[in-house]
Amino acid sequence: MIALLIRDLRLAFRAGGGFGLGLAFFLLVAVLVPLGVGPEGATLAKIAPGILWVGALLACLLSLDRIFALDFEDGSLDLLATSPIPLEGVVAIKALAHWLVTGLPLTLAAPVLGVLLNLPGPGYLWLVVSLAAGTPALSVIGAFGAALTVGIKRGGLLLSLLVLPLYVPTLIFGAEVVKRGAAGADVSVPLLLLAGITAGALALLPFAAAAAIRVNLR
Amino acid sequence: MELVVENLSVARGGLTVLEGVSFSLAAGQALILRGPNGVGKTTLLRTLAGLQPAVTGSVSAPPESLTYAAHADGLKAVLTVEENLQFWAAIHGVGGVAQAMAQMNLTELRARRAANLSAGQKRRLGLARLLVTGRSVWVLDEPTVSLDVASVALFAGVVRAHLAAGGMALIATHIDLGLTEAGVLELAPYKAKTPVATGGFDEAFT
Repeated sequence: MIALLIRDLRLAFRAGGGFGLGLAFFLLVAVLVPLGVGPEGATLAKIAPGILWVGALLACLLSLDRIFALDFEDGSLDLLATSPIPLEGVVAIKALAHWLVTGLPLTLAAPVLGVLLNLPGPGYLWLVVSLAAGTPALSVIGAFGAALTVGIKRGGLLLSLLVLPLYVPTLIFGAEVVKRGAAGADVSVPLLLLAGITAGALALLPFAAAAAIRVNLR
Repeated sequence: MELVVENLSVARGGLTVLEGVSFSLAAGQALILRGPNGVGKTTLLRTLAGLQPAVTGSVSAPPESLTYAAHADGLKAVLTVEENLQFWAAIHGVGGVAQAMAQMNLTELRARRAANLSAGQKRRLGLARLLVTGRSVWVLDEPTVSLDVASVALFAGVVRAHLAAGGMALIATHIDLGLTEAGVLELAPYKAKTPVATGGFDEAFT
């Protein structure tokens, strides 16, 4: 399983692997929004939590279709399905690799981009905490969506439509954590709900995704 | 150790393509599957490999003993020959990468990226993967596509060595591999007489 993780990370970092795509998109959103909204600090501070979370979510969405599509096209997925690793493990490892390549860099870059959006001081800690707690769910839910659409050529649109509704709870609670954190209020309720969604997704969706892949490989 | 297939029916796209296929294979034996295009060779092999369920009948094989190689080699273009093999060796928890490269005549290409290999070299690399799986039953779908005469002979030698070591091989092919000791199963007589639709809305749960 470690070998699969190492291979996926290596593929992501080599030419054409798509590392940095999500990060670049996130950066563009955070740079362009202040230009569009105007330089008024109070307005930006008000919308910053929502913009940062929407940006992170869409950045995650960009690279989802690659999770299984590439392995399906070159036949690796067939071979992995007949290998000693259970397909559930393959899904979990691939979701982890996706998170390491997209979710983690987004989480680390978010405070820097928060400055561009005039995020109030106390919000930075909670921005990082909420993204760290929420982005794993984005990767696992995304892996499930990618598993559902794995045999479809150009399945990106369908994948987005399937996955976006599932992302909504994570977005609502994630942005709420930052909003409350920035205002200096208690964040425990939305943060616990956010972490709960992530834990539930991590526990259940690898099994659902593996079942979907088995059907799609027939 | 034995692979036994009894009264197997397989379906593709909701239509039964082959029915009543029965054969058995003991250690050290190979079976060549022949039949016209579309008769269901690939479908049969995918069913045997466990990638799709059988309509009826049974396949009994020792657990975790089959490995499958098809038209797609499962290679990553940005990894080198050696890295590709090392990955599959690690997945299966066995070694022997250097030996596998030597057997398929890939040693001098070891540092080359798979993207820069010719079609025949890619095929050789895909077949070298079989050697690092440690599996005893090779299920091969057209293994010799794009191989030249010398490589076909090389591959036949590898299969023969695998059989001599107690392995088994099921090979769907149109060309003569020179494996004279292998049995031949002609699939045309098993073509489904009444191609009825199978499956339904609950196919995900079967």
